[in-house]
Amino acid sequence: MSSVIKPDKAPKRSEASMLGDSLAQVGACALFLLSILAAIPKSLKHIKETIRQIWFVGAMSLVIIMTCGLFVGMVLGLQLYYVLSIFGGTAALGTVVSLSLYRELGPVVTALLFAGRAGTSITAEIGLMRATDQLAAMEMMAVDPIAYVAAPRFLAGVIAMPLLACVFNALGIFGAHLVGVTWLGLDNGTFWSNMTSSVDVWKDVVNGVWKSCAFGAVVALIAVFQGYTTPPTSEGVAYATTRTVVFSSIVVLALDFVMTAFLM
Amino acid sequence: MNQRRSYQIGTGLFIVLGFAALAYLATQTTSVANFQQGPSYTVKGRFTNIGQLKLRAPVKLAGVRIGSVKAIDLDPARLDAIVQLSVDNRFKDVPDDSAAAIFTSGLLGDQYVSIQPGGSPTMMKDGDEFVLTQSSIQLEDLIGKFLVSGGPSKPNDPQGGNTKPDDTKGDAAKPADQKPTDTKH
Repeated sequence: MSSVIKPDKAPKRSEASMLGDSLAQVGACALFLLSILAAIPKSLKHIKETIRQIWFVGAMSLVIIMTCGLFVGMVLGLQLYYVLSIFGGTAALGTVVSLSLYRELGPVVTALLFAGRAGTSITAEIGLMRATDQLAAMEMMAVDPIAYVAAPRFLAGVIAMPLLACVFNALGIFGAHLVGVTWLGLDNGTFWSNMTSSVDVWKDVVNGVWKSCAFGAVVALIAVFQGYTTPPTSEGVAYATTRTVVFSSIVVLALDFVMTAFLM
Repeated sequence: MNQRRSYQIGTGLFIVLGFAALAYLATQTTSVANFQQGPSYTVKGRFTNIGQLKLRAPVKLAGVRIGSVKAIDLDPARLDAIVQLSVDNRFKDVPDDSAAAIFTSGLLGDQYVSIQPGGSPTMMKDGDEFVLTQSSIQLEDLIGKFLVSGGPSKPNDPQGGNTKPDDTKGDAAKPADQKPTDTKH
């Protein structure tokens, strides 16, 4: 932590201790996850707080998710139409767009946007709570901050992410339909019937939902953890917010590979 | 209090919207959209080769979807494929001398079972078997046949059989191009 706050001291540290630091971070994050999971029954008593957090991280992210979903779908429609027309297979446009959205782009892009839109605000909010001693004050009042602050945000992330990913996918399909059918003149029936004949509910749609649940949990955990353990300075909050985006992007993409390999 | 209520309603709307999107994706853009509930009866067909036919592939009569492939099994005694087709009860009147064939929709599309109606006055019942079936047409076989029959050398010349593929390689593109129009009719 001190290496982050005072970067001039960083070169003096040995690589072994930096490795130990990052291992300690991972371990602390895992223990933090366990304490959040243990606090979930207690936090369900404050279910209204969870609902408020779903509003903040989910419903408030709708605009960016919908806009990005629309444009991603439109770009996919345009690019894949060009590529498929080389092989004379533009009839498969709906299939290719929907499969790539459900299986890959929907969960991943939504998770990256979610980290940028909701993860940062969670980190900054909890970090400022830490910096202004609100978390310590809660402990003084015998309110468990993990149950009242951390767990509701974590739960909200797990619940909101799959819903956001589904909205993203639906808008993506709409965008691809807009470009492929309305603009480039692909046949409407071909677009839908090819899609419905090759997309499977369980293998494609539901696997994507599992993925987005896992990504929501990862992004929310990293955001809450970074906020919770931030150094109580304004610089510390700034670094914690940056680290939230960087770490969650890396972990989401790495986890995506692992989950794809398992869910194939 | 009023503000608290408004974001609760907003959260509810968000969750409803999310689940509506999920329901839309799951039912309208996947194979569930092709799945018709309702009573159906099962008929069987034996094929020597089913090609790439998959479960839930459509069964069509005159191009109209009347059912789907319910099960695909291998008959261990006769070593051919038994395909069970579940046909919607609305289409009861399929003559029992109809023929079933496995076709491909387009050049690279999915395969489906097509039923050519016969002229018999008696209709197919649950559990009946098609008398006439036509296996899926293998592209490789077709190309092979064109190579054998279209070449200049004699069929009974043993040397010609070995050298022919090299001789007619230039012609191979032409029969392959004509193929889609042949299979569509």
